[in-house]
Amino acid sequence: MKGNEAIGEAAIRAGCLNYFAYPITPQSEVAEYLSKRMPEAGGVFLQGESEVAVSYMIFGAAAAGARVFTTSSSPGISLMSEGISYIAGAQCPAVFVNIMRGGPGLGGILPSQADYLQATKGIGHGDFRLLVMAPASVQEAVEMVMEAFPLAEKYRNPVMILGDGLIGQMMEPVEFPENFSVEPSNKDEWATNGMDTRKSDQRNLVKSLFLDPEMLNSHNNVLREKYERMKREEIRFENYNTDSDYNVLLVSYGTMSRVCRTAIDQLKSEGFEVGMIRPLTLYPFPEKAVEDAASKESCTSVASIEMSMGQMVEDVERSVRGKKPVQWFGKCGGEVPTPEEVIEFIKSL
Amino acid sequence: MQSEVMFAGFGGQGILLSAKILAYAAMKEGLEVAWVPSYGPEMRGGTAYCTVVVSDKLIGSPIIRHPMHLVAMNRPSLEKFAPMVKPNGVILINSSLISIDSGRDDVDEIKVSVNEIAGKAGSVRSANIVALSAFVARSKIVNFDILRECVKKEFAKKAKLIPLNMKAMDEGRDAALKN
Repeated sequence: MKGNEAIGEAAIRAGCLNYFAYPITPQSEVAEYLSKRMPEAGGVFLQGESEVAVSYMIFGAAAAGARVFTTSSSPGISLMSEGISYIAGAQCPAVFVNIMRGGPGLGGILPSQADYLQATKGIGHGDFRLLVMAPASVQEAVEMVMEAFPLAEKYRNPVMILGDGLIGQMMEPVEFPENFSVEPSNKDEWATNGMDTRKSDQRNLVKSLFLDPEMLNSHNNVLREKYERMKREEIRFENYNTDSDYNVLLVSYGTMSRVCRTAIDQLKSEGFEVGMIRPLTLYPFPEKAVEDAASKESCTSVASIEMSMGQMVEDVERSVRGKKPVQWFGKCGGEVPTPEEVIEFIKSL
Repeated sequence: MQSEVMFAGFGGQGILLSAKILAYAAMKEGLEVAWVPSYGPEMRGGTAYCTVVVSDKLIGSPIIRHPMHLVAMNRPSLEKFAPMVKPNGVILINSSLISIDSGRDDVDEIKVSVNEIAGKAGSVRSANIVALSAFVARSKIVNFDILRECVKKEFAKKAKLIPLNMKAMDEGRDAALKN
């Protein structure tokens, strides 16, 4: 299946029957696919008048306790960022898929990883984080989308799937996980889902406004504790060739990590050992895994390889804590560095 | 073992479809496969190309600058991509529309007049199926009978087109093996 279509199908299989969106390349096929599939599955697809409107449709559905998601690409996600801040502030679960294209501004429509900092550090105003997962294949996109819904509900927080244009446009074989739980579990405790179905007579209020400074401070502490819990429970990453006595450690995610894998295999056949940590969660970032891998005696330098002008490299530097020199290599604008270019860069270290 | 096939031509020549059918056939054989289109601000009648990566192990980079094989449906595609093909690969030239050679002596170059063959088989619109069949028969990248099943499946909803496309497949294969 094509990545974009597989993402749409994965959401339905995860029990998400509410999809609000506004088309934008390179992910418009999600809306195209779900405009047909959602009604078949008994769900709702509504095209909003803008991405801003979509973000509040998501807020409304999430506040009512429904599984809900949207997909967009970089400029569209920027427009949604206001709503995302409100959703995080009101502690509602929702899933946002960003199939990144080049920027800033309208940029281009080709694959990019230029929204790393936006997704992991500052998508909207106020003190909040998203749980951010980055797939490197269509199969992984499917699995992450399906896992995103229960994770969003566990933390009552928006989850973002950060893919690049290639993940959306590429076609690969996929298998959909079976026996997936589709019922949100804790919504009676907080959602405005109607008194008639609720077991207790507790009245729920969903809001992000806390005018009392003490109350807002304690609200911020509640949010902070959730992000600390994510750091304890949700960090995911993959090692590649880290059993070897590698001289160089790469950190790379998404499509870029696949190019790095090819480069590592090629270098290995030439007698150079290179290891890689591939973060699957970008927030929380696998700090300790990167620090540990960089600490290996054989390792003389660390490089963050990205389809951006150097964004994740800041997290890599932070994780390595000055123990080894950290470099960056990347390209933008839809230019995906080739394995040959990555090899040339590694040899220049 | 990994190999890559680049399909290239004008928009409307069925480039993406023939690549998709090859991808399905490889998947049916139990191989790892990635279908990567060139997507971009294109216009109708502009260039279209698409790469299919087939491997017996997990595919690393799906972006390929130097494919093993090339199916060139028009002259600009041949001129642009022929120099990139790896040695010993197959270059299929649609000689109905391309009057030049690849200029490579280290590849297996075959010329098939796919538009004429498709026209004779019933419709010039099956030119992409002729080219795909000729390429698969020559490169043996997937089993020809599995490919045939995948073409049938692709046209399952337009069953009246199946006999025409089966004829296109036979003619394409014969032309490639005679070449």
